Amino acid sequence: MMAQSASPTRSKRSFTSIFRLPVGILLCATWIAVILIVAIFAHWLAPFDYTQQAPLTRFAPPLKLSNHLLGTDFLGRDLLSNLLAATQTTLMVALIGGTISAIVGTSLGFLSAHFGGWVDNLVMGIADAMASVPFMIIALGVLAVFGSSPLLFVLLMGVFNWWRYARLARGLVLGANADGYAEAARIVGVPSLRIYLRHILPNIAGPLVVQFTLNFPEIVLMESGLSFLGVGIKPPAISLGLMISYGTSYFAIAWWLVALPGLVLVLTTLSISLLGDYLRDRLDARLR
Amino acid sequence: MTGFILSKAVRAFAVLFSTALFVFVVLRFSGDPAERMLGEFATPEAQAAFRTLWGLDKSIPEQFLIYLQHAIQGDFGKSFADGRDVFDIITQSIPKTLTVSVSAFIIAILLGIPAGIVAAIRRDSAIDRLVMATAVLGHSIPMFLVGLIFIFIFAVWLRVLPSSGSSTWRHAILPIATFALYNAASISRFARATLIEVLEQPYIAAARGDGIPPSEIILRHALPNAAIPLVTMLGILATSLLGGTVLVETVFAWTGIGAQFVRAVGQGDLNVVQAMILVFTVFVVMINLTVEILYAFLNPKIRSQQ
Repeated sequence: MMAQSASPTRSKRSFTSIFRLPVGILLCATWIAVILIVAIFAHWLAPFDYTQQAPLTRFAPPLKLSNHLLGTDFLGRDLLSNLLAATQTTLMVALIGGTISAIVGTSLGFLSAHFGGWVDNLVMGIADAMASVPFMIIALGVLAVFGSSPLLFVLLMGVFNWWRYARLARGLVLGANADGYAEAARIVGVPSLRIYLRHILPNIAGPLVVQFTLNFPEIVLMESGLSFLGVGIKPPAISLGLMISYGTSYFAIAWWLVALPGLVLVLTTLSISLLGDYLRDRLDARLR
Repeated sequence: MTGFILSKAVRAFAVLFSTALFVFVVLRFSGDPAERMLGEFATPEAQAAFRTLWGLDKSIPEQFLIYLQHAIQGDFGKSFADGRDVFDIITQSIPKTLTVSVSAFIIAILLGIPAGIVAAIRRDSAIDRLVMATAVLGHSIPMFLVGLIFIFIFAVWLRVLPSSGSSTWRHAILPIATFALYNAASISRFARATLIEVLEQPYIAAARGDGIPPSEIILRHALPNAAIPLVTMLGILATSLLGGTVLVETVFAWTGIGAQFVRAVGQGDLNVVQAMILVFTVFVVMINLTVEILYAFLNPKIRSQQ
């Protein structure tokens, strides 16, 4: 009886679905929203210029000084302002890098599926090769040869994991091509490009979006790893990995220099990957 | 079987050769080494002398052949930074890296696979929740942060272990622990997922219906069938260990090949970078070869195809 009355119609379900989300997922979504707002408005929110040094108030712990809410670092810079700027950089790099790899990978996947033959072999061959070598090593090699620059670094994040989208999109397009709707469009003479963009892409977008949310934390981790090693984001720019790297030298006397950027980093990657897992379980069984 | 291994070995060698060629060509076209090393104010005579000294005045194919010839003899040139033989740097750091990464890998397998099996058999138990939670956390915490947390707990707070360096076995404990825990998390999650999938197969239900005891179902029927995906996954993990060494060794100042590679990259020490990329490729190729040979041993179907 209860079960029957509790089963709403489909449109009602999508309307009320936001209230049915598990608490954990709501928390994740809230954190992501907060972090996004922070990333967009970092310059207006920051109480200080993040590079402004104050040698007299170095190593102030959080909540000790009223004007430095989260304390100061080894140069007396305001930690909150640094954290805001770093979050912005980290998220920007991950967003741009993630978008580039999604676009490049998906396009190559479409090409692979459309042409087949040697194009398919070539693209999938490169994808296999890239998948088999740890990207950390590739990235370090490239940065060693060409020197580190912000543009190169973002492009590097853009080629990280493109092959996942390529493999996924190729499989999905091959599947969709065999479906009735693509065949029907082809028979009535719709050009291939239009079929791919207007008909197939919207139909396979779900898994690709899920892939994006699963890849995003990995890019954040890769970026912070490289910045931690001193070859990623370089001063005067700041990222979460670079902040942690600065903090390690003063770890024993000022734990907050590592703990706070570390906490922001972990909460962000954790929220996005939990949300990604949730979306994958709800929307798509193919990625499991 | 010998033919199978031989053909795989030939392919592995081809991969290695093309990597060497690719890295060499990219390095030669990325800029003039004479200009890079001597600075922009060097006289043309000095640059010419530098080029003759390092054989840079010859054509690129010629240079590559000379490079290969030297590389086969173990001569990778000298480090630009401190003038040491690149070969010496590499042979001194490889044992260090193997100590940490191989022991961490073994511990990770010994921890991760049993945990994954128990989690798969007792779903929704405390162990299952723990495995899943650690695995999710492992995907979200950067490895260097785990290392730093360990340093904070064991070196700064409890003062029982050294924080960094690589002189004694006590220095190896924290890097091994960081590495092992990190990998155990992903191994257990994968082992759990694989075993759950196998346990849902009809032949397991049939075995249960036959009244075969559960322990024998797991050991005789489920585990052998979960072995192939597990070996694939362990192979992928073994190659990703190489990427991990870079971070773990830097955090703990462990002078293995990963930390040396980071140093060389930071200083633009291209002779070292070039040689180390080759070393990493050799590792990747060897791991993949091992995995393919293991397949053949584990799966009678693959074996009989050869």
